[in-house]
Amino acid sequence: MTPSFHFADPARARKLGDAIRILSPAEPFKVVHVCGTHEMAITRNGLRRFLPETVELLEGPGCPVCVTPAAEIDTAIAIAEAGAIVCSFGDMMRVPGSDRSLDEARSEGCDVRTVLSASDAVAIARETERQVVFFAVGFETTAPMTAAVLLEDPPESFSVLVSHKQVPQAMAALLDLPDNRIAAYLAPGHVSTIIGTEGYEAWLEERRIPIVVGGFEPLDVLYALALILRQHRDGRPRVENGYPRAVAAEGNPVAQALLEAVFEPADAGWRGIGTIPSSGYRLRPEFAPFDARGRFDIDLPVERGEIAGCRCPDILTARAVPTDCPLFSTRCTPLSPIGPCMVGSEGACSIWFRYGGRESL
Amino acid sequence: MCLAAPARVLEVGDDTLTVDYGGVRTTARKDALAEDVAPGDYVLIHTGFAIRRLSPEDGEETLRLFDELTASLSAEGPVEAESASTQDSVE
Repeated sequence: MTPSFHFADPARARKLGDAIRILSPAEPFKVVHVCGTHEMAITRNGLRRFLPETVELLEGPGCPVCVTPAAEIDTAIAIAEAGAIVCSFGDMMRVPGSDRSLDEARSEGCDVRTVLSASDAVAIARETERQVVFFAVGFETTAPMTAAVLLEDPPESFSVLVSHKQVPQAMAALLDLPDNRIAAYLAPGHVSTIIGTEGYEAWLEERRIPIVVGGFEPLDVLYALALILRQHRDGRPRVENGYPRAVAAEGNPVAQALLEAVFEPADAGWRGIGTIPSSGYRLRPEFAPFDARGRFDIDLPVERGEIAGCRCPDILTARAVPTDCPLFSTRCTPLSPIGPCMVGSEGACSIWFRYGGRESL
Repeated sequence: MCLAAPARVLEVGDDTLTVDYGGVRTTARKDALAEDVAPGDYVLIHTGFAIRRLSPEDGEETLRLFDELTASLSAEGPVEAESASTQDSVE
């Protein structure tokens, strides 16, 4: 028998919806998730309609390419202009740097290539004499793969522009922003596959809010939301695993060992938020020869300030939803995006534009 | 970007797995995978790497967890009287 990992049957969805209603808090209760894949599941399936009026559900900094600072995109473009082949994931290509995107740089003659895996970038490097730079974006789910390719003796012409980020640190930083009112987190399932539920404890255990890891099927999301509300009702906030088929308490120790072997924690800039201590990675000294920042002498252009009228900084910090932005679907659309949240396919604005997301029905 | 989808393991090689990924036969690296896998198992694949074994029983176990939660709450009875469908769901 073929097992099914697709969980969307309407009868169970109704029951989980009833559970959520039974657990409805009387006072306003803001739940934030930090994963574009969650936003996709929520918006595409209209899951917000299962929430009582008191519960808000917003995407925070859940789109890795959206939170990549313009200066890092500028650096990747400058490296491409210096003659290197720059490889990155497709999501990254159209995200604006200070004055253009990697896609625009490509149309001006730079050799910028889309890859599906860090391994693909190494494969390109093995077949050319030219310098090949992998622009490594993504959260803890993706960073171990960058580590894996660096551990298998890549060609000397290969290097990495590290822009990986760590989610629990950003979740903690968001709680410290003024006026955030975050009451609970729906934690990202596949980041948690790597770091485990234990990965949140160092950063968030003292914060005394419900943090529930959720999967990405419609029923997974409803289940995790019900667990969040049950913790709140019972006054027992903690880190809880709502996605045990893919997440162990200790996470994936092999992937963690890859990270540990290659990277050390470093402060990192998040678009819309600013610098968050220890929320990124840098290469350990023994891997410094593969650091693209050291290999190419890049004079960073001055980063452009915030885009007038664009509310991406508020959306990325879960202080606004796309429809709060005056540019949303008027001047800013996927075909002519103004802010990063409309560009990245996992950005809240892009998802709401495509799937008609509303705060409530 | 943290998208990871289940794929069925067809063959286990030294460094890679051959998998059926939504009907497409492809390979995935196994150097980020903590569990041993065998043909017939499922794995979550992210950017070309297997990151977690899913056992065939995990699907049923997931449904059991959903049902356990909803049954325990409907046993407590609806706190808010507004839910009509809650009545329907009591079995």
